[in-house]
Amino acid sequence: MQEVISGIPLVNYIYISAALFGIGALGVMVRRNAIVLFMCIELMLNAVNLLLVAFSSYLGDTSGQVFVFFIMAVAAAEVAVGLAILIMIYRNANTTDTEVLNQLKW
Amino acid sequence: MEQLVKLVPLFPLISFAIIGLLNRKLTKIHAAIFACTGVLLSFVDSIMIFIAQLNHGPVEVKIFDWIVAGDFSASLTFLCDHLSSIFLLVITGVGFLIHIFSVGYMMEDDGFRRFFAYLNLFIFFMLLLVLGNNFLVMFIGWEGVGFCSFMLIGFWFKEEANNNAAKKAFVMNRVGDLGFLIAMCLIFVAFGTLDFTKLFSGGLLASTSVSNEMMTIITLCLFVGAMGKSAQIPLYTWLPDAMAGPTPVSALIHAATMVTAGIYMVARTNFMFNMTPATLEFVAIIGALTALLGASIGLFQNDIKKVLAYSTVSQLGLMFLALGLGAYSAAVFHVVTHAFFKALLFLGSGSVIHSMGGEQDIRKMGGLKKHMPVTYMTFLIGTIAISGIPPLAGFFSKDQILAAAFEHNKLLFVLGMIVSLMTAFYMFRLLFLTFHGSFRGTHEQEHHLHESPFTMTFPLIVLAIFSVIAGFIGFPHALGEQMGIHNWFDDFLKTSVSSVHTEAHLSTELTMMGITTALILIVIFIARSIYVGKGAIPEDEKVERKGLQKLIYNKYYVDELYNALFTRPVDKLSAFFQNFMDNKIVDGIVNGLGKTTTKGGSYVRILQSGNINAYAILFILAITLLFLIILF
Repeated sequence: MQEVISGIPLVNYIYISAALFGIGALGVMVRRNAIVLFMCIELMLNAVNLLLVAFSSYLGDTSGQVFVFFIMAVAAAEVAVGLAILIMIYRNANTTDTEVLNQLKW
Repeated sequence: MEQLVKLVPLFPLISFAIIGLLNRKLTKIHAAIFACTGVLLSFVDSIMIFIAQLNHGPVEVKIFDWIVAGDFSASLTFLCDHLSSIFLLVITGVGFLIHIFSVGYMMEDDGFRRFFAYLNLFIFFMLLLVLGNNFLVMFIGWEGVGFCSFMLIGFWFKEEANNNAAKKAFVMNRVGDLGFLIAMCLIFVAFGTLDFTKLFSGGLLASTSVSNEMMTIITLCLFVGAMGKSAQIPLYTWLPDAMAGPTPVSALIHAATMVTAGIYMVARTNFMFNMTPATLEFVAIIGALTALLGASIGLFQNDIKKVLAYSTVSQLGLMFLALGLGAYSAAVFHVVTHAFFKALLFLGSGSVIHSMGGEQDIRKMGGLKKHMPVTYMTFLIGTIAISGIPPLAGFFSKDQILAAAFEHNKLLFVLGMIVSLMTAFYMFRLLFLTFHGSFRGTHEQEHHLHESPFTMTFPLIVLAIFSVIAGFIGFPHALGEQMGIHNWFDDFLKTSVSSVHTEAHLSTELTMMGITTALILIVIFIARSIYVGKGAIPEDEKVERKGLQKLIYNKYYVDELYNALFTRPVDKLSAFFQNFMDNKIVDGIVNGLGKTTTKGGSYVRILQSGNINAYAILFILAITLLFLIILF
């Protein structure tokens, strides 16, 4: 397994992370459903996670992987809170469309 | 002695504080008791000081150091010498009587307590003025009395005219005060101190190397200050307008005490004036002209208080004439006698106005003699005193001034004579029109006529007594030597003012007195034949007057002249500043800033759409931009 991973050159990991991150960012910019938005953000987050693990493995430094565990734990908590907020918004506004949810301004 | 001097100004200050702070919590009677007691205690104190002063030199009482900076030091120090002890007596004595009078006069007024608070404060500042041992303390008193005068002229502030009169007095006094301030600065520059004792008895003045021109400028500036406060040409027009205040105020502030502050100041600094003959000459001329002007306007006035006001202007002019001739003690003597009879006349007129229910026009009075006998008798005494008929007070002081003028300059003497004759005429005209003949007012007013209560007649009687006897303290020199009566007043003041002894011969003096008195009696007779014999009554406002009479009736158009020269240009300038500078430029800048911000904000806030996607786009674009900047 270790051989397989290290057999893939590092630059491929960077490409795929960049692609994932780009897809996530694009989704955040263009999608209007708040849940999809949320998923896009998760995508961006996990692109970064992937990159961290890859670097950690190639440099032989495990602290990067430990860091990712922490990120995942925090992200799980964040998702719980975020989804709870979204549910409350949906109950009150009957929609999760960000075009409609634009009250937070002057 | 020192304790006594400290206490004098303290009593009125305390009663002012009590009445001013408690105000409506006090009943009117209590307020009156506090006010009168404060001044009475001061008066008793002044008498004790005066008695101690009889065989005592000047006393200096230091209260505390006020300003100490480098070479300069000014302390709150009182100087009590013969000159100030005379003024103390007059201020507290006449002040006390006027307080008593005011109790009756102001009883019905809503502002009763406020009135007495101001009156007490005035007495305090006036005492500070005459007690101060340096120019700075004197200046505090000087400004303080000006302030109280302002508040009391505008006492009935609901009437626009009263407020305008108060403002006029304040602004005109300010012009004079500027002169005083400049003089103070120059004195400090020239001598390095403002202390009277250091300057005068300390010999600083005698051993000075200050040039004559400098001294002339200093004294001229001081005199400008005196002009403002003592209503001399060209700053006299505020005094007649100041009659808008309650009558006791006119009596106390605008006749007996405050307006004599200028005379006190010149007498106090007489050593300086003596060094500059040119200024003295100027003072004498201004004084004589003012006396003439005031007296001539008084001839045609129909408002009982206005007549007295112009009479005050004219009498103050006579005092300055005396000062200008170097006859300082004669001037101070006239201040004292004038305080008695002019306060008496004003209070008498107050009593009349009170009885007439506020009417001041003498054309609507007449025949008040039988309704108000006490007021009539006292008013008559005051009139005789001011006209200068022996042996009443006015005769002695006026005679001294005329004698000094006779010695010095015959033209000034003639002017002085004319003024005395005019004085006799307008005063008796006033007396006859008010008290003789038959009543010319409405039925209602006639029904209302009554003699004033005792609180008002009592001060009248006391002042009348003093108007009769006060003259004997300054018995004429030549005549006195003959009869073995000493001119006590001159001798008493010798330590404070340098005296110019007039060596009048007995025969000249007697002839002069005789002629003056005879002429005055003739004038009175003429007045009597016009206003009692023919029963003439001054014409109505609307009647067109001709020639000189028209000129004088309109007060020489001085007010109109000042309006055209100063008031209107300043008004125009203010209008310009308001309409252009303030409304356009200042407001333009401030409002412009506001408008720019609002406008800019309305464009920028389009960015804050509330749409998360838009934020994300901006966010990512900005980050990309930052990276690009950092990388390349």
